[in-house]
Amino acid sequence: MNRLVVALPALLALVLGGFFLWGLNPERDPNAVPSARIAEPVPEFVLPAVGGTGTPGLSAEDLRTTGEPVLVNVFASWCVPCRAEHAVLTGFVVQEGVRLMGINYQDKPEDAANWLSSLGNPYERIGSDLEGRVGIDWAISGVPETFVVDGSGVVVFRYVGPIIALDAQAKVRAAIEAAKGQR
Amino acid sequence: MKHWLIAIVLMSMASVAWGVEPDEILDDPVLEQRARSISKQLRCVVCLNQDIDSSNAGVARTMRILLRERLVAGDSDRKVLNFFVERYGDFVLFRPPLKGSTYLLWFGPLLIFGLGAGIAVVAIRRARGKGAHLKVQSLSADEEREIQALLREEKGSNSP
Amino acid sequence: MIPEIGHFALILALAAALVQSVLPILGAQSGRTLWMESARTTATLQVVLVGIAFAALIRSFVISDFTVLNVVENSHSLKPMIFKVAGSWGSHEGSLLLWTLILVVFGGGVAVLGSNIPAGLKARTLSVQAWISVGFLTFMLFTSNPFDRVSPPPLDGQDLNPLLQDIGLAMHPPLLYFGYVGFSIVFSFAVAALIEGRVDPAWARWVRPWTLAAWISLTAGIALGSWWAYYELGWGGWWFWDPVENVSFMPWLLGTALLHSAIVTEKRDAFKSWTILLAILTFSLSLLGTFIVRSGLLTSVHAFAVDPERGLYILGLLGATVVGSLTLYAWRAPQLDPGGLFRPISREAGLLVNNLLLATATATVLFGTLYPLFVEAIADEKISVGPPYFNATFIPFMLPLVIMMGIGPFLSWKRADLPGVWQRLRWVMAIAVGVALAVWYLQTDGPLLAVVSLAIAAWLFAATLREWGLRIKLFNAPFSESVRRARNLPRASHGMTLAHLGVAVLILGFVGSSAWKQEHTLFAEPGTTIEIAGFDMIFEGVKRVRGANYVAQQGQLRVLKDGAEVSLLRPERRNYPVAGSSTTESAIRTTLAGDLYVTIVEPAADAASGKWTLRILYEPLVVWIWIGSAMLILGGAMSMSDRRLRVGAPKRSARATALQPAE
Repeated sequence: MNRLVVALPALLALVLGGFFLWGLNPERDPNAVPSARIAEPVPEFVLPAVGGTGTPGLSAEDLRTTGEPVLVNVFASWCVPCRAEHAVLTGFVVQEGVRLMGINYQDKPEDAANWLSSLGNPYERIGSDLEGRVGIDWAISGVPETFVVDGSGVVVFRYVGPIIALDAQAKVRAAIEAAKGQR
Repeated sequence: MKHWLIAIVLMSMASVAWGVEPDEILDDPVLEQRARSISKQLRCVVCLNQDIDSSNAGVARTMRILLRERLVAGDSDRKVLNFFVERYGDFVLFRPPLKGSTYLLWFGPLLIFGLGAGIAVVAIRRARGKGAHLKVQSLSADEEREIQALLREEKGSNSP
Repeated sequence: MIPEIGHFALILALAAALVQSVLPILGAQSGRTLWMESARTTATLQVVLVGIAFAALIRSFVISDFTVLNVVENSHSLKPMIFKVAGSWGSHEGSLLLWTLILVVFGGGVAVLGSNIPAGLKARTLSVQAWISVGFLTFMLFTSNPFDRVSPPPLDGQDLNPLLQDIGLAMHPPLLYFGYVGFSIVFSFAVAALIEGRVDPAWARWVRPWTLAAWISLTAGIALGSWWAYYELGWGGWWFWDPVENVSFMPWLLGTALLHSAIVTEKRDAFKSWTILLAILTFSLSLLGTFIVRSGLLTSVHAFAVDPERGLYILGLLGATVVGSLTLYAWRAPQLDPGGLFRPISREAGLLVNNLLLATATATVLFGTLYPLFVEAIADEKISVGPPYFNATFIPFMLPLVIMMGIGPFLSWKRADLPGVWQRLRWVMAIAVGVALAVWYLQTDGPLLAVVSLAIAAWLFAATLREWGLRIKLFNAPFSESVRRARNLPRASHGMTLAHLGVAVLILGFVGSSAWKQEHTLFAEPGTTIEIAGFDMIFEGVKRVRGANYVAQQGQLRVLKDGAEVSLLRPERRNYPVAGSSTTESAIRTTLAGDLYVTIVEPAADAASGKWTLRILYEPLVVWIWIGSAMLILGGAMSMSDRRLRVGAPKRSARATALQPAE
């Protein structure tokens, strides 16, 4: 019994070491924020259009009646990485026929309209989330963030951060394919 | 991805934790007090380990405004917290809820204390057992009184 | 050229450390005096060489040598000189160099100053210390070289973050590291004793000054960090249970336990196995802290930039040191004899309870800090463990501890007379209850915990004074007699009294600033008057001022009490154009009763432009936290300066025969 007690600290240290080793796994992102919205239907919301873009607004109903997987991209004109992502998203729409919806987060409509007119507007619909409440309903942790929503309005995938790198693009494509397969 | 996160962090850190702004403060002081205490329990999801009460991130401000709206609408503290848990999961609570995966967390300290106390008691009993053969013969009444007098005098000059 | 000299010096230091790792300990095993003595040379050599390296790095910062990568990443030509120097220890590589410097300085200290330590123990200790040096030097040389060059050199450095250009923050790391690393020598002593197979009471006496030195420094480092957070971050908080804060607090808690456990080992030849374990664990926690801060394992505002390769290396270092020493402990500890016996009511028992509570508190903080990692690994779920958890679990262990601190000094060794103790503490109990009632009456809106805590703090304060008073026979003998007795008390006694009083004072500060804090946040136009805590504050407007490298909006508030002006507060919002960032500099008026704390910021909502957002706080009694910390540091310093620690342990024969008063 005495032997066990004196060995306890060493054993505990080994167990802790195991956890630390696991924690150092480069695949793991300690700062990743979880979301309780994955595999759930989209939150109920109705957002007006962004004035000056000529694109209609976005609501939950729109997402339920698409009949195919769509991307919902949360963006803003003040968000620097969104600029870089914009080109990739435009590529998705133009070259791969992906349907793109947008949520314009805490952005003045004039600023957003100017931004889109200078960069191009690949969005089928854009909802103006001026106060950011709908963003919270979608449980975003920052901008940009992109969701894959299947044809019946269930959120199946979330990508945090700008979709720029090749592996990020691959992940999103795969998610769309998987959602198509589910139908 | 990391660069983006660092940028957000730097943006929120550069101007230093700021927190609740005057236009968010509710008129009802009781509700406002509740709002502040709930804010301290909610984690700012874009910050590195800060509560929404002290963060100046945009998302934190939105969360503060939303939670005040819920309070004004009559929700209880529990319901307001649940509002955010529905969206972000238990991660957003600084006070981990008591559930299967956190029983060990909440009862752990007491268990550790018990374990420590148990080991201490056993170790002392064992040491006492080893020293049993060193038991001193009992003293006579006079000797006992003399010892007590000496001890009393000595206690007055104890030093660490 | 100079950075290369620094680099080379590190390589030579590694060579010296390798020699020191082997020769002295083999010398101790085989009795070869020459080999044992070699430790003195190699230890001194290491100090000189690492010192040269550190000087080389500082010089690179001072002249802003942007061919050195570390200088580029952590400095800027426009930084004030003092912060350029501080930048040398602000980065991962630089701080490692500082760690190593302090490591070898402590080793050198023992080599040169430890003339009263037996040769065998000293040699083994220095070898163990060298093993740690080797670990850190190889870590630096292979993964984190501070002297890496960059070519072509950029025009200027990258770091000009104004938030970090603060004297308090600059001094915080060196003090902390002196503390963390100071425990390394105690660790080495412990491992050496295990290798030797014996722990004398004298061992505890030799170890005490080094433990105190580390503990004092760690206390100062933590207090400085808290103080900086308090005055800089803008909302008057001083502790957030952030993982990196916790990681500095745990060695402090366990170090305190170690200080007290070592007393029992020294005076009563007991708790040997436990003291050794504490010595190992305290330094292990220091290493754990280093690992957590640099590995990116946990989310914190504090963490250094991360690299998986480095994380693995530190984990390896941590694992080898901790698991190795604990395995040695498991093997050798049962061979240590248990030592002096004691009754359930005695000073030993009191210190046992002290240690049990401190160790459990440390374990609780560790558990809470690491739990999110455990849950993520096992259940693939993310949770957060924050201040509500720590406050709920940590405080319940601390309050009984403080109560014990009041009683402990009254207990005699081996067997104490409890009724006698109660007799002497009667009035102290009454004072504590009186304080509780007074606080309850005066501040009916405070939480119950605040009332209880203050009563317990009053108990500790009064009990400590009572014990001191009894010892010098205050009021029981002529005053001159009391003064004579006070003068003759060993310094360590005064140290204990001062430190324990300091804890009571700390609690006063903790409770006052948490329980009765008042806050007003508002949009203000010039001419607005704000009432807070009996003060009237008139906002008189904002003007632009220019500083060395910043432009600021400076607000002015006139503070009146009962109509008379008591202060003029000038909070600022500073903009650093070159750095491209801004900071808020709060204005604080400090008195013993509380701090008036004002911050000014432009509001986020555009609609309110033209007005300013003012946040005004009243933090009652917060200055007592810093005063209490100072008392702890002074108390520790007094203890450390005790003659008995320097003269050395009394000779064995003399100790056995002399009749000494219980000490």
